[in-house]
This record gives sequence, C-alpha cells and structure tokens, in this order.
Amino acid sequence: MKPFSYIPNTVADRARMLRSLELSRVEELFADIPASVRLDRPMNLPASASEWELMKELKGLAERNVHVEDAISFLGAGAYHHFIPSVVDAVIGRSEFYTAYTPYQPEISQGILQAIFEYQTLVANLLGLEVSNASVYDGATALGEAALMACSHTRRNQVLVARTVHPDHRAVLRTYAAGQSIGVTELAMSDGQLALRDLERELSDDTAAVIIQYPNFFGSVEDVREIAQRVHARGALLIVSTYPVALGLLEAPGSLGADIAVAEGQALGNSLSFGGPYLGVMATTSALLRRLPGRIAGQTKDRDGRRGFVLTLQAREQHIRREKASSNICSNQALNALAASVYLSYMGPNGLREVARQCLVKAHYASDRFTAAGAELAFTGSYFNEFVLRLGTRSDHIVSTLASEGIYFGVPLGRFYPELGEHVLVTVTEVMPKAAIDHTAERLEAMM
Amino acid sequence: MSRQTTDYPLIFERSVAGRAGYSLPELDVPDVETGALLRQDYLREAAPLLPEVSEVDLIRHYTGLSKRNHGVDSGFYPLGSCTMKYNPKRNEAAVRLPGFALIHPYQPEKSVQGALELMYRLQGYLAEITGMDAVSLQPAAGAAGEWTGLMMIRAYHERRGEHRTKVIVPDSAHGTNPASAAMAGFTIVTIRSDERGAVDLEALKSAVGSDTAALMLTNPSTLGLFEESIVEIADIVHKAGGLLYYDGANANAILGYARPGDMGFDVVHLNLHKTFSTPHGGGGPGSGPVGVKAALIPFLPVPTVAKRSDGSFHLDEDRPLSIGKVKGFYGNFGILVRAYAYIRTMGPDGLRRVAEDAVLNANYLLRRLSPHYHVPFDRVCKHEFVLSGKSFKAHGVKTLDIAKRILDFGYHPPTIYFPLNVEEAMMIEPTESESLETLDAFVDVMIRIAREAEETPDVVKMAPHETVIDRLDETTAARSPILRHTPEQ
Repeated sequence: MKPFSYIPNTVADRARMLRSLELSRVEELFADIPASVRLDRPMNLPASASEWELMKELKGLAERNVHVEDAISFLGAGAYHHFIPSVVDAVIGRSEFYTAYTPYQPEISQGILQAIFEYQTLVANLLGLEVSNASVYDGATALGEAALMACSHTRRNQVLVARTVHPDHRAVLRTYAAGQSIGVTELAMSDGQLALRDLERELSDDTAAVIIQYPNFFGSVEDVREIAQRVHARGALLIVSTYPVALGLLEAPGSLGADIAVAEGQALGNSLSFGGPYLGVMATTSALLRRLPGRIAGQTKDRDGRRGFVLTLQAREQHIRREKASSNICSNQALNALAASVYLSYMGPNGLREVARQCLVKAHYASDRFTAAGAELAFTGSYFNEFVLRLGTRSDHIVSTLASEGIYFGVPLGRFYPELGEHVLVTVTEVMPKAAIDHTAERLEAMM
Repeated sequence: MSRQTTDYPLIFERSVAGRAGYSLPELDVPDVETGALLRQDYLREAAPLLPEVSEVDLIRHYTGLSKRNHGVDSGFYPLGSCTMKYNPKRNEAAVRLPGFALIHPYQPEKSVQGALELMYRLQGYLAEITGMDAVSLQPAAGAAGEWTGLMMIRAYHERRGEHRTKVIVPDSAHGTNPASAAMAGFTIVTIRSDERGAVDLEALKSAVGSDTAALMLTNPSTLGLFEESIVEIADIVHKAGGLLYYDGANANAILGYARPGDMGFDVVHLNLHKTFSTPHGGGGPGSGPVGVKAALIPFLPVPTVAKRSDGSFHLDEDRPLSIGKVKGFYGNFGILVRAYAYIRTMGPDGLRRVAEDAVLNANYLLRRLSPHYHVPFDRVCKHEFVLSGKSFKAHGVKTLDIAKRILDFGYHPPTIYFPLNVEEAMMIEPTESESLETLDAFVDVMIRIAREAEETPDVVKMAPHETVIDRLDETTAARSPILRHTPEQ
C-alpha cells in the first residue's frame, strides 16, 4: 500500500481496526452505497505527485504569470498593491491561527476571539461607526449584504446605486438583490461623480438605501455629507463603500453620515492573489446591529471574573435561525481579517497616514507627468490615488503596447462604461517608484 | 496552559504614543501639502484610533494570542461536519509563490495564463470528482456555493416558464441550507428523518409537488449516514419536476467511491476547506465551487475559465443566461491553488484512500465508544457519527459539560447540539489524517469522562479545569454587548 503524507494508517493499523469491526476489507464499509451509483473505475485524474514534482509543476504555472513586481503596474480598481510588512505573514503563518476553525469553544479559542474583537475595534475606529462584524467574503459581497440589511431594516425594497460604484460590486449587488426581488436602480454620473440631480429624481419613499463609493471607482471624492442629508431626508439609509487606506487621510464615512460602511479590506496587509481571498469589511450603527450578517465577537467574563471573548448575538445567524437568519454566511474571511488587524496595528495612525499621503502625492505626480505627456485628465474632481485618463482613439493600442513592455497602464474602462472607451483608470500606491512613473511618462509621450 | 491570573492585554492596551513598528521609504517625488491635493472639507479631523506599538510588542502580542488558540496542528480536532483534516505545508508554500501571490485580477490575460490554466484544470478535476458536467470556482465558501446553486436552480425553472417557489430541506440539514434557500427567494419546507436517520420517503412524497424547485440533501447526511434510498429520492424529486441539490460538506466520505452526479444530483457544491485540505483560517477563508449538470451550464455565474482553440485560457464573461456575478473578481484564488496542490498530491488513488481511512477511523471510534455512549443510529457510518449525551442527564451532566471536560485533555471537542434531530448530540469526525494512537488516546479520554459523569459528575460539570479561562458568560455577552474596545472601558 502506497504511503501518503497525510494518511498515517498502515496496513497493520487498518487490519487491526477492521478486526475490531469484524470486517475483512475496507470496501465493506461502503456497502451502504447502492451498487448502481458506486463508481466502478478509478477517477480520471493525474497520478499523485511527490512534493518535489508538485512544487516544480506549480512553479512552472506561477512563472507563466508576470507578477506586479516584475512589471510596472498602475492597476488598482478595487485590488491594490501596497507594501505588506513581514510581520503580517509571521502572524497569519502561525498554525494555531490558520489551522483552527470558527471559535465555537471559547476556552481554547481566546486567541482568535480576541483577535476578532480587536479587528472589530480597529474597523469601527477607522470607519467611524459603532459596530463591526468579523468580516464577510469581500468588498463586493459586503455591499450585497449591506443592501439586504437596509431593506429588512427599512421594510422597503428599492436600492439606488451610483454608477460611480465599482462595476463588479454593482454586478454582485444585482445578484444579491435578484434573490430577494429587490429593485436596483443605477444613478447617473456627471464629471466622474454621482449626479445629485439624478439622486433627487430617483429617491422615493420606497428607497431603502442609496449606495455610493468614497473615494469612488474613479478615485474621486464624492460629496458624502450632501448626499447623506438628501438620503436621510427621505428616510433611506446611506451605504458607503470605501477604501480603508484612504481613511488614513479622509474623514471616516461614519462621521459623514453613513449608516453602513463597507470596504474591500484587501489593501490592509493582504496580497493581490489574483482577486482573492480578500475580506469584506462591514461596520454600522448600534441601531442596525442586529441586522449585521455573520460572526461577531463580544467581551464577557468567566465564572471568576476573568475577561474573555465569545461569539455573540448568534440569534442572527443561520445555525440558530435557519431560514430566518440575517444572512446565510457561515465561513467568513477570518485569516484575512487577522492580516488586516496586524497591518493596522503595525502601521498605527501615523503609518497609515503616511501610506495614504504617499499614495496621494505620488498619484498626483504621476497624473501631472502623464498629462504633460499628452494624456487628458477626464474629470475635474478631487481624487485620492486613482484617476481617469483619456488616451484618445488609440487607447487600446497604447495600453497593449505598454503591456508588452511590462507596463500595466491602468484598467481600460470601455468594458465597464461604453462611453469611456478611450479611457483608463490609473492607480498609484506608495510602492510605485518615481523612476517608474518617469519612464512610463516617456513611453507614453512617445506614443501620444 | 494554566489559568490566566491577569487579563491578557488588548493590543490597544499595549499602545504607547510615539511607538511605531512600520518603516516606509522616503517620498521620492516632490512633496505637496495634502490640503492642496484633496478637498479640505473631507480631510480627517482626528487620526483613526489605532494602536502605536513596536514590532517586538506586536509580535509578542500575537504570538501570545496564538498560544491561546487550538488548531489542527495543536492537536486532535474531531469537530463533526467541519472535516478538520491536516493542512499540508507544501500548499502554504505554493500559494506564496510570487507568481500566484502578486498577480492582479485585472492584468492582461496573456500575463496570467498560468493562473487561468490552474483554474481550468481544477474545474475539470472537480467535475470528475463530483460527476458533474461543469464547475464554477467563484463562490467564496460553502454557503455562498449553496446560494449560487439555488440562484441557478431558480433561473433554470424561470427559463422554462415554471413558477417553483419551494425548497425541501431535511430536519438534519445544516442551517446554511434553509438560510441560503431563503436568500435565493425560496420558501422552505422541512421534512423529518425516519427512525434510521434517513430521509423519510413518505414525507418526501407528500412534500413534493408542482411548486417544488429543489431538494437539498447532504449525503452522507449530517448524521454520517449514507442515504441508501438515494436513487429513489432522486426519482421522486425529478418526477415532480424539481432538481436535486448536493451539499458537499460531507464529500470526504465518498471520494472515489461514489459521485453526486451519478446519484442524480443536478447541482453540487464542495467545501475546499473541508474535503480538499485548505486551512479553515480561524473561520475562513473557504471556497465553495459549484458543479452542475449540462442543463444548468448556461446559468453558471460569470466569469468561467475557458480554453481557446489555440490552447490559451481566458475568462468568459459573455454568458447571457448567467445568474451574474456572485463574488468580486474570480473566487478565492489562493484557496484554489491549495486545493489544486492537494488533488495533485493525492491523485485518484490517494483521494480514494482519504475516503477509506476517514470512514474506517470513524467506524473504529464509533465501535470503541458505543459501549460507553448512547448511539442513536447504530449502523455503519461514513466519515462521522453522532452520539447522544442523554444517558448522563440523570447525573446532571449535559453534552456541553462533556465537551468542556474534553478541553482539559488537549482536544477540540466534537460538534455539539447538532444535528438538531438528536437530543444532546455530539458529532464526531476524526478524518483520515489521524493515527490509530491518536484515536485510541481519545477513546481512553472519552471513556474516562463517561465514568466521571457517573461517578464524580461535578468534575465534568465544573470543567474545564486546565484552560487559560473558565466557562464564559454568554448570556451577558448577548444581553449587554461589548463589541469593541473603548478607551474609557
């Protein structure tokens, strides 16, 4: 019998166990599977690979990808290449964390429970709201969950979403809404921001929530206070999707009137990893606490008064409430949330502000260089570290030529916004060297 | 570990103004005042309340926390229905390769061919393992897979012009089943299990009708029992025009022995974090791929990974009947890499061995524990089995007490009070990655606790005795919730 690394039973072990069961062959344990549905052939899969062979194969696949540190990448749009300090992997690589499951037994899970409690505190503080959950799948599903929360809270079934919200997040929102027969109306944009006139026109007494992004998909800072006022005047809730790194500089959504704030939390210490696993950050007010989806950790005491942490308010959740639960979510993104906590704790208020400042200043430097090279800034609004450039009719050609030179010059917007077929969304973070910006500007100028 | 004598500090309580761990390069472009670049009225008035700690403080803080946590690497973790098998270290190494960890989801397709090929192959492997025609890797976890599958079932019936609003769920089902069905807009019909723990065929026959959209079934069930009437069940549901949904939570038990596709299931989800060894991460991330039969392929979420005639791979977004997007980008890629590595490591023979040894280990444990604990369904189990602690009630000992006593011996307790149709339930799943010595040692502890429950019940009722903290007051936690640290606290 071929030994497998993760299966300790030997021939002798198996024989001893079978004897105790008064069986002679292990196949007898599968006699309850009707013969007509039993698989009578080996599965058609490649034969098992040794560790060395496996790693060689995987390295081969990995090397066929050109990763962002082997390129000059101006890609962002919801997934960001930020510096990740080594402490993050040192912590999430501790197997007491990553090989555990949801802390159902608090006495031997205080580590992850306290880490979740700290995460909730960090998130609430950063987003300027009262309560946070332990994370959901990602920024897009967080938006979907937030919309469901708003509809059940207001007992209304229409949501309005700005077209300046990430297109993929809007797509996921539509799927969530379809399940619940919730109507989703998109609000027009003007100069790269939500068109307030359209908001005014669409707001009604059926509006459960208005969803905006801050900074928005184009990097632009929406007038959240003004929007909040109008939304609240109609008894609707304001859901703000945000970029946590930007909140090192920008006012917290909670302080601007958001009732629910969500975010793609990847930027906080999580690698790009081709789009996942990331984490959905969710925070809200105490009034909406019992509608929050997913796990929540709370502080309490043991029989002798020691401080400890437990999963709490579980009466919201599927394992208790079944079809009446606030969401179906069970597994979340705990390890990614732990990475975010380590990142935020390590950077501290000054580190996060410095990262945000470098993103801001470098993005504006890049924007100056690229416009000087002949590109045109598409919108006039104040932006954080992302901006839209109009490259003209040769846009696709320019982007693909630069890509062939190892420069990922932003996300072409035509696939998301037909009217922006000549435009790219450019992102700059603190890891972009000035020399790379200068080089890109030169190459761009040569082509414009 | 012994009882803590002082409270373990929060990271915020370790904060000292002016301390910092981070280091960043000097700004290499001309500096500009923030207020000149961003609108002033949106600048943060006060810095966010984050801790200020040195690198050493931070590492000691989290190392200390990790020691207050039990994982599979710490010891036996027979948490039923969660398949807490060993998480291979080579998979962790693989996912950290820069070519996987540092690729952006919007890179040109040409620059991510390796990633797309891995996904394409994994779609194929999972289709073969489940006996389905196509697989989507998008859903982020099992519950997300359920919801995705049900949204497809909804789209399928709607496309056929049929109005089917009900999803049937057995009483032994995971809570996610009815919750996912409700999120997809269905009403739920719960049917009872029979005295052998199986789907009650008469109950099923009277529940199905022209409004039946689907039956959701976990097979083997959460009782660890294979539904021997699966062919008949499928027939009843299909004849009524409904579809059969397979909750893959327990797929570990049948790898290489039987496939949901061959049993008549139309939609299936798998939990890569259970069956395919990816770590549970303290609660996540998981991954919940969904497989479907041919008739449902048009409804798969976008994008799928497809192969072009020239051999290159691409993300196929152009699927007009798709239910749409169910997650940002393309699924939990890092988890997919680990599952791929696992399948390649085990191969077809190894995966079949997984099922054999998972089932053998479970039956061995069941046999050895059955003289000491009440067994509600005494038949051959699959990868897990359910005991009842009800016989100890006479001594004032509940299943919760037994679970807490297990903690004293360095094990994670079984899943308790689930499934709901068994009184004082304890659901035990050893997995294939545990040795006979581990199983025997666990049996000794369980026998000892059974004896204690009868002879010295207070030892069990007052457990745990050896953990850093005693039982916690969950009632107060829920009644007066403290959900974050506030400085005045």
